[in-house]
Amino acid sequence: MRLELDVNGQVHTVEDVAVWESLLTVLRDRLALYGSKNACEQGECGSCSVLVDGEVVCSCLVLAGQAEGRSVVTVEGLDADPIATEVRCALVAAGGVQCGFCTPGFVVTATGLLRDQPCASEPAVREALAGNLCRCTGYSKIVEAIARAQAELGR
Amino acid sequence: MSGPELVRPETLADLVALRAAHPDRTLVAGGTDVMVGVNFGRLRPSGVIDVGRVAELRAHEVVDGVLRIGAGVTFGRIETSLADVVPALATAARGVGSPQIRAAATIGGNLGTASPAGDAHPALIALGASIELASVDGTRLVPADAYFLGPGRSVRTEREVVAAVRIPVGDGIRQEFAKIGTRNAMVIAVAAVAVVVDLERRRIGVGLGSVGPTPIRAARAEALLAAALWPDGGERVPPTAETIAAFAEEVRRSARPIDDVRGTAAYRAHAVQVMARRCATWCLEEVR
Repeated sequence: MRLELDVNGQVHTVEDVAVWESLLTVLRDRLALYGSKNACEQGECGSCSVLVDGEVVCSCLVLAGQAEGRSVVTVEGLDADPIATEVRCALVAAGGVQCGFCTPGFVVTATGLLRDQPCASEPAVREALAGNLCRCTGYSKIVEAIARAQAELGR
Repeated sequence: MSGPELVRPETLADLVALRAAHPDRTLVAGGTDVMVGVNFGRLRPSGVIDVGRVAELRAHEVVDGVLRIGAGVTFGRIETSLADVVPALATAARGVGSPQIRAAATIGGNLGTASPAGDAHPALIALGASIELASVDGTRLVPADAYFLGPGRSVRTEREVVAAVRIPVGDGIRQEFAKIGTRNAMVIAVAAVAVVVDLERRRIGVGLGSVGPTPIRAARAEALLAAALWPDGGERVPPTAETIAAFAEEVRRSARPIDDVRGTAAYRAHAVQVMARRCATWCLEEVR
């Protein structure tokens, strides 16, 4: 089937999409947006997190066809976003990035969180990040990075 | 199959008409169960009915003491918007997956999947909820404790869709939910318990999850606690520790757990007893 997908503010026409294809595979394999990572494919790891109509979801669990008519924002679409920019800088400054595979998912999730709850407490931050797995950092530096980003954004 | 592979009805009338015309198609709401099957090659739907655009399914309202939650309401919204109305269900909702999962997963999808471990089910059973099933022939109501037939199986026919759940609500309804898993987030329950004490209607409700082939209503334990709290249908007697212990023991006897990768039968039986005691204690602490 043919889909028109609004991704990062631009409408893309994608041809010959199978009914069972996920949004994640279309983003990566058709639109060459490789920031959303393909890892667990079952919603466990959060590496494929994107914003759909402003809500953070796992793009591996969305049918591409379900996303038609909705606004999809990937980590690439957050390049100029002021919240995402602070989150990225804080992840670097705090040492919240090691191998980096999970990082785009954390950037998307943290951006969604700080948009809705700029002053989220540390327990609320940890809960909001519970769906994003990182096997390198032990999370402490990622949580610290979110606090740094909150401080910068609050200035 | 005829017509487009993916259809996105916008009204319940269109949805049930499509369901009647294409019972072989896969219904998809939040996708959190269906897409795992798809991604792992276990499921290759030839056609999909996306229920996510049906506005009627995404509403919730209280009318005449009954909360009606549309099947398309997500666990995220139940967690944030309904915590004051149905706290046990909201607690269960908060324990579903992760924020990403709760943003997508719906209560109707949970019922459609009909897993014995579905987090909403113990709370719905304990609360005395009814499941609203819609088809081109009309709507029927099924009590939550009569809905489940086995793992992944329910009384819902292939022509029906889950349209809503209906839950009696009110000030005198004390309710608690507890779930055991291996961590706080992203777990399938090893065991779950919901306990409801309805002071107005003098009704006890107990629902259990992950301790049998279906979610279970612990009817004997309900009767035991009701008889102890309102002896001979008279004035309420303050519950003793012995009463609650006997209740929890009866709840344990209602469970039919098995050993599996998530836990042993013995652990599950122990866990439901402990959680039943705690939930009943929490419910009754407020009413002494």
